[in-house]
Amino acid sequence: MSILTTSLAEVASSDATLRAFLHGLPGVDRVGADQRAAVLGTRSIKTTAKAQAIDLAISMVDLTTLEGADTPGKVRAMCAKAVHPDPSDPSAPRVAAVCVYPDLVAEAAAAVAGTGVKVASVATAFPSGRTSLEVKVADTALAVAAGADEIDMVIDRGAFLSGRYLKVYEEIAAVKAAAGEAHLKVILETGELATYDNVRRASWLAMLAGADFIKTSTGKVSPAATLPVTLIMLEAVRDFRARTGRMVGVKPAGGIRTAKDAIKYLVLVNETAGEDWLDPAWFRLGASSLLNDLLMQRQKLATGRYAGPDYFTLD
Amino acid sequence: MSENNGRLAVRKTYKLFVGGAFPRSESGRSYAVRSAKGVFLANAALASRKDARDAVVAARKAFPGWSGATAYNRGQILYRVAEMLEGRRAQFAAELVDADGVSARKAGELVDAAVDRLVWYAGWSDKIAAVHGSANPVAGPYFNLSTPEPSGVVAVVAPPMGPLLGLVSVIAPVIVSGNTCVVVASERAPLPAITLAEVLATSDLPGGVVNILTGRAAELAPWLAGHMDVNGIDLTGCPEELAVACERDAAENLKRVFRPDPGEDWLATPGTARLRAFLETKTVWHPVGI
Repeated sequence: MSILTTSLAEVASSDATLRAFLHGLPGVDRVGADQRAAVLGTRSIKTTAKAQAIDLAISMVDLTTLEGADTPGKVRAMCAKAVHPDPSDPSAPRVAAVCVYPDLVAEAAAAVAGTGVKVASVATAFPSGRTSLEVKVADTALAVAAGADEIDMVIDRGAFLSGRYLKVYEEIAAVKAAAGEAHLKVILETGELATYDNVRRASWLAMLAGADFIKTSTGKVSPAATLPVTLIMLEAVRDFRARTGRMVGVKPAGGIRTAKDAIKYLVLVNETAGEDWLDPAWFRLGASSLLNDLLMQRQKLATGRYAGPDYFTLD
Repeated sequence: MSENNGRLAVRKTYKLFVGGAFPRSESGRSYAVRSAKGVFLANAALASRKDARDAVVAARKAFPGWSGATAYNRGQILYRVAEMLEGRRAQFAAELVDADGVSARKAGELVDAAVDRLVWYAGWSDKIAAVHGSANPVAGPYFNLSTPEPSGVVAVVAPPMGPLLGLVSVIAPVIVSGNTCVVVASERAPLPAITLAEVLATSDLPGGVVNILTGRAAELAPWLAGHMDVNGIDLTGCPEELAVACERDAAENLKRVFRPDPGEDWLATPGTARLRAFLETKTVWHPVGI
């Protein structure tokens, strides 16, 4: 197939070449992907391995608040939790990043300054992405100027689904340019992409356009992150590295609520993309309520008794 | 269970009752239950600590709805449970004959007593606050009112004797006031407990208010006693040594512990001790004249 011979540099030269490349990607075996994800989800991770997995998962969390009702106070409280997830146990690792709306970036950046916790900001008219490119670029630039280390952008799903791949590509590239030094996470919103083939195509499209991370969902659309979709994205980043030598991260977000779910994702990463991705620099979990469950499981391992939500912060 | 007219016997699978559903034990384990005379009756699920954990989650989830329902509504639902139990009188009597080796007449009396016990506690639902609450005279321009409120999730170790009457007598007082519960049924005779679960499941009782585990109290009770999301524990069915250990574990999150004198007579009128054990008092100060 032409995909193996096409030079990736020329792929985005026109809508036609981009379409030819993306549609030349091998199709996804839906039943096989579902089955593979389900099988990997049954791995039993216990005792010391579980303790290690829980700590790794905590260190991969992008602690997120994306509500219309967010306030500076709520963001400060969340940042405090990001730095010291379990105030009663200093050995609990800090999370990877906090994720907020652009207008709250300055507040978050001040709250986590010097702690090693990154500030991620959603941008580009999150969650729908329905605005002009100028606004998207300005939104991104303002968030970076306010101190965001990472930008979570949404793709134009309307353009993607109607086959205008070059438009999506150019938007990602423009936002990437506006983001500058900041890491760019591209949200595919897989819940709206309808097929696994589209997930694979969108992953490649985002990576070709310069994404540092590909992210499943905004968390505002159901279904959000699922194991099979993450499996397909992990395969895409693995194949992309084999092809180009560049490593791209993956971030499932939305709907991951329990430590058990988080550990399933870690197994998936290890078995699909490989150990290189088992690092907060290359794999993140976008979540809010997940952190409390991870902490409860951590406490259960430490004390030998089941923990209760009364002893952790409400968020 | 017999083969009548050449029909194949349709045997009941006794499972757990968690969150309004009847799951098998996550451990996949079961144990043989024998009658008082040693005859094999059925296999019952042998619940593990993870089943207990899941049951606590289900009970916690059901708590806001159940404790927020009006006392009148809770009383009506308990009364409905009594109605459903009455309709299955013959089935329960037969199970008690098998489980306890009592005469058919005695078994019938025990089922009647269980129905009456539910009705008795149902009546208490909207009277607890009147009897155990108070309007307190205070030295200031305030109305000062104390009302009993439910504690939350209560773990109950049901008595080994009295597989139906004893069980009903420990569940009803806990839930009538708005608590939800996780019950460890009698290890020796768990079958009536699961049949009671079928009654509960068809009585408008929201799923998760009562969760019934069958298995070993010695295996499950310590996990429930140590669980930080359980607010109270009734140690009725625990032997001395286990009860002491559970009481010690329960201290970690200051659970309310109820440890009655052993040898309680289930046929006697119960009094309100069990009803009061898992209530806590809320006092409200309200300015006068505003």
